[in-house]
Amino acid sequence: MKKTLILLLPLLALAGCSSSSTWGWYVINPMTASGWVNVKFLISGMGDTILISVIAAVISIALGLVVALPGLAKSRGWRMVNRVYVELVRSIPLLPMLFWVFYGLPIIFREMGMNVPIDPFWGAIITLALSDSAFTAEIYRAGIQSIAKGQTEAAQTIGLNYLQTMRYVILPQAIRRILPPLANQFIYIVKMSAFASVIGMQELTRRANELVVSEYRPLEIYTLLILEYLVLVLIISAGVRWLERRMGSDERG
Amino acid sequence: MPGNPQPDPALAIELAGVNKWYGTFHVLKDISLTVRAGEKVVICGPSGSGKSTVVRCINRLEEHQKGIIRVDGTELTNDPQSVAAIRSEVGMVFQQFNLFPHLTVLENLTLGPIKARGMSKAEAEAKAMHYLERVHIPDQARKRPGQLSGGQQQRVAIARSLCMEPKVLLFDEPTSALDPEMISEVLDVMAELAVDGMTMVVVTHEMGFARKVADQMVFMDAGEIVEQGPPEEFFGSPRSPRCQKFLSQILQH
Ligand SMILES: Nc1ncnc2c1ncn2[C@@H]1O[C@H](COP(=O)(O)OP(=O)(O)O)[C@@H](O)[C@H]1O
Ligand SMILES: [Mg+2]
Repeated sequence: MKKTLILLLPLLALAGCSSSSTWGWYVINPMTASGWVNVKFLISGMGDTILISVIAAVISIALGLVVALPGLAKSRGWRMVNRVYVELVRSIPLLPMLFWVFYGLPIIFREMGMNVPIDPFWGAIITLALSDSAFTAEIYRAGIQSIAKGQTEAAQTIGLNYLQTMRYVILPQAIRRILPPLANQFIYIVKMSAFASVIGMQELTRRANELVVSEYRPLEIYTLLILEYLVLVLIISAGVRWLERRMGSDERG
Repeated sequence: MPGNPQPDPALAIELAGVNKWYGTFHVLKDISLTVRAGEKVVICGPSGSGKSTVVRCINRLEEHQKGIIRVDGTELTNDPQSVAAIRSEVGMVFQQFNLFPHLTVLENLTLGPIKARGMSKAEAEAKAMHYLERVHIPDQARKRPGQLSGGQQQRVAIARSLCMEPKVLLFDEPTSALDPEMISEVLDVMAELAVDGMTMVVVTHEMGFARKVADQMVFMDAGEIVEQGPPEEFFGSPRSPRCQKFLSQILQH
């Protein structure tokens, strides 16, 4: 992680020092007053990007489990429910889904006599969570299926019901195979949260777009934007690797 | 059959005309077997003859498609209440132990009593220690199953079943996964249970154990009960050629 940044910095510095008129790093030069204002403006989107991503990830992690369970049922009908959900949701591109949720869903609510306004914040969260839940559901399903059938059978013979079997026997064992890919999935959510800019959410990408409109410096501003996502993702990656190491050492211990 | 025959209270298990198919494969053919309270039945037969399937039908790990199964007077039907009632009377010991690897020995034993029976933790632990003493390993209570030998693990599995205080214990080849030097410690515990009056159905090829403990011997081949009777007759003068051949092969070593 450090190495990547160290490699990138001189490149940018070189470019910034260049006298060529095609470069205009001054717009985001924190050493100047106006540059610093711009940088602060760009970074101020970080809070919403993180907030949207975290809430969407939490919902997706819960929803994914709910969707995964029927996929593990004996009954063909329940498995069908799971398949239809997963295949449908994961085939819808994020942007159309975002438009559908933000512009379409309120109409459905209104038709049903409910006044549920969907603001950009929740519109983005619902869309990200829905879209991601198809993938987390598959992660749960694979993780739970990796636990030997004898565990479920033993739980049944000591009288545990379905939910108790999941809660006390299957999930605690499956979690070490589920957690690292779930954490990985979080990276996708962070990147996909950029689409929230389209419906007016003041997150990282929206801030960058707004600054580009006033400063006419797309290259420099979008480069900083990319670096902002890079930092976020590298932090999460480090977290995922830490988690994997911990899970791995648990397995041996 | 005229009407619904009345259950006999002295019968712990009753199988009448039980049939089962896996797709088109007829795995159980008209199995009829009665086990009186306190009786020990040993089932033997070549691999693939349907021994496990019979035993697994008795506590609904597998579903039979035709015939009647009764445990302690309760008929086993698709009604979840009947399944739960029967499972609470029937304990099962598996070939692969199926202990919960993420829990300590003590937690393996108290999970059912606490979660399925609503027993207090203190009471469940006292009971668990009582049964660990009966299988001669009270000193292993705080270890994980993975830290025990195979023989110890199987004895923990027996104690886990006993903690549910079942009326009937089913054993599916309980010593087949064990190293030879550990077989007798498990068989000894089973023989002690037999002496204490437990009703037992044991699938095993340990003929020394069978001679000593069985009240009734059952020989299965190709999904049928081919021969059945008290051990003296069964070992002394088996009638069917298939049973004679099987016994001569197995008694050679
Ligand atoms: N889930 C299953 N699907 C299809 N066939 C099965 C299944 N389980 C067992 N069988 C078949 O049923 C037969 C009886 O199996 P089983 O009861 O395990 O025999 P045993 O315990 O006597 O070795 C075997 O031929 C086995 O291959
Ligand atoms: Mg078997």
